[in-house]
Amino acid sequence: MNPSFDQIASGVIRQVLPRRQALRRMGQYGAGAVLATLPILRISNTALARSSQSIGGGDIVDVLNFALTLEYLEESFYRQGLAAAGLDIPSADRDVFIQIRDHELDHVNTLRATITALSGTPVTLTDDAFDFTGGDGTAEGPYDPFNDYPTFMALAQGFEDTGVRAYKGQAPNLQSNLDVLDAALQIHSVEARHASQVRRMRGQQGWIPSNSSGGLPPEFDAIYAGEGNTTQGGVDVTSISDVATEEITESFDEPLTMDAVLGIVDPFIIG
Amino acid sequence: MRSGQKVNTKRARNRIRPVRIYGRPLKRASQGHRAYRALRRPAFVLPTRLSTFMSDLLSVPAIVPATSPLSRRGFFGRLGVGAAAVAFIAGCDDEDPDPTPGAVVLDFSNDFGVLNYAYALEQLEYAFYQQVTLGGYFLGLAAASEERMILQDLRDHELAHVDFFEAALGTNAIDALEVDFSAIDFDDRTSVLTTARTFEDLGVSAYNGAGRYFSNTDTGRTFLTIAGKIVSVEARHAAAIRDLLAPGTTAFAGDDVVDETTGLDVIARPPEVLNAQNAGAFIVTPVEITGLPT
Repeated sequence: MNPSFDQIASGVIRQVLPRRQALRRMGQYGAGAVLATLPILRISNTALARSSQSIGGGDIVDVLNFALTLEYLEESFYRQGLAAAGLDIPSADRDVFIQIRDHELDHVNTLRATITALSGTPVTLTDDAFDFTGGDGTAEGPYDPFNDYPTFMALAQGFEDTGVRAYKGQAPNLQSNLDVLDAALQIHSVEARHASQVRRMRGQQGWIPSNSSGGLPPEFDAIYAGEGNTTQGGVDVTSISDVATEEITESFDEPLTMDAVLGIVDPFIIG
Repeated sequence: MRSGQKVNTKRARNRIRPVRIYGRPLKRASQGHRAYRALRRPAFVLPTRLSTFMSDLLSVPAIVPATSPLSRRGFFGRLGVGAAAVAFIAGCDDEDPDPTPGAVVLDFSNDFGVLNYAYALEQLEYAFYQQVTLGGYFLGLAAASEERMILQDLRDHELAHVDFFEAALGTNAIDALEVDFSAIDFDDRTSVLTTARTFEDLGVSAYNGAGRYFSNTDTGRTFLTIAGKIVSVEARHAAAIRDLLAPGTTAFAGDDVVDETTGLDVIARPPEVLNAQNAGAFIVTPVEITGLPT
């Protein structure tokens, strides 16, 4: 039985999580490039074999710090955008982005508290950890979100759709702590609400058709790669449903691995 | 009779379309409200806010944000399992009595039981949206209007979900549910959209609350992932419907569903989701729950 969050938080039960060695093939990181860019993640560099218990891989605190990194990124992005003198956000849209920003800040706080309660160390990222031009610290990347509203909205959509896929990919890794799993699912669905709203503000549907980015630059393709999947749990849904294929692809959002997500956000995180 | 009962996989399909209300097949939309006449009307008005689904009668906690004073579990506000209009079979063992004849049994100690729970809710949503697309409000919308396209998509998505679950569950699938939409006016925008909002938020809360019941096995994790793939789509739906009702506001992810402190979305356990103030208001078939951890 999992101790309740109250018990964890009060220290009555010390949550001793098996130190699962995450399955991390060093080659996936391209000669350690991601390790270099994300020194704040505790990525195990030894023992790639999984124990019989760690079927999902990934220590829970590592998963939560991964999520926290994304939440810090989003919170910084929205806060800076809302404060940017050069960014003309229409007033109704401002209310939307304020709500989203508030949620991302809430998520930062929730994840930090959870990690702390699990006796982990939450990462801390400030604005200078991020480069929202997408230039990996050069400030000369391809985007100008704080001076161009369409760009701001495009990146917002990208971050939200990525966040949905990131949380979804980690859910199975949280089964050993059901309270944490609850919370992760409850954040995941909020990101999906955000994504739906921002997409529709951009004139897109709230859901993802096929693997389309809806005309965004090629750098966004990775966010939507695989979203055209129509085989679910071994079932080819197109063969058992009269619903049109594009609508079938819209009906299921797809997970992304931690590695894939890190690859997507890498240009925005300095180091 | 358990969730593992043998069923003709085509039977559920045939029974979902057309929707049966107390055995009366649905007629043409032109019959309007009369098509939804039921032998019994619910005595209560459908609440439009999940946070107001308080049942004094049942003493069941409402679906509340985690830090509401009603949530006594602190940060994550895990809702307790209480008495509900949905029948309980206490425990989960060979001593369980036979369920009510005609009842659907959801066994949460079994991964298929958890999927059947999702299947039940998708059936409800699909049946609703199917009626929407046959109703006066929808048919009066311009073909190219965003509103019409959204409702059409929602109907298609829920059908894809229903079809998927029916195929994935196979012989483990529960029967088609009988539903009662007599409280809904399908000719009225507010009635349609507020009900849609309720169903979508309820679906989000249900999936969020069900994830923990999947087993820590390859099958359980596969099903958890599938549930995850669907819940985010339901949340996209919810945001869109909410925005249609209150455009350009924070309603898409309002404080009534996303807790202002934690940023956590609604979550609810099966007894609350299925009780008479929530899904139970629309499901005629008795639904019995078993196998929930105590």
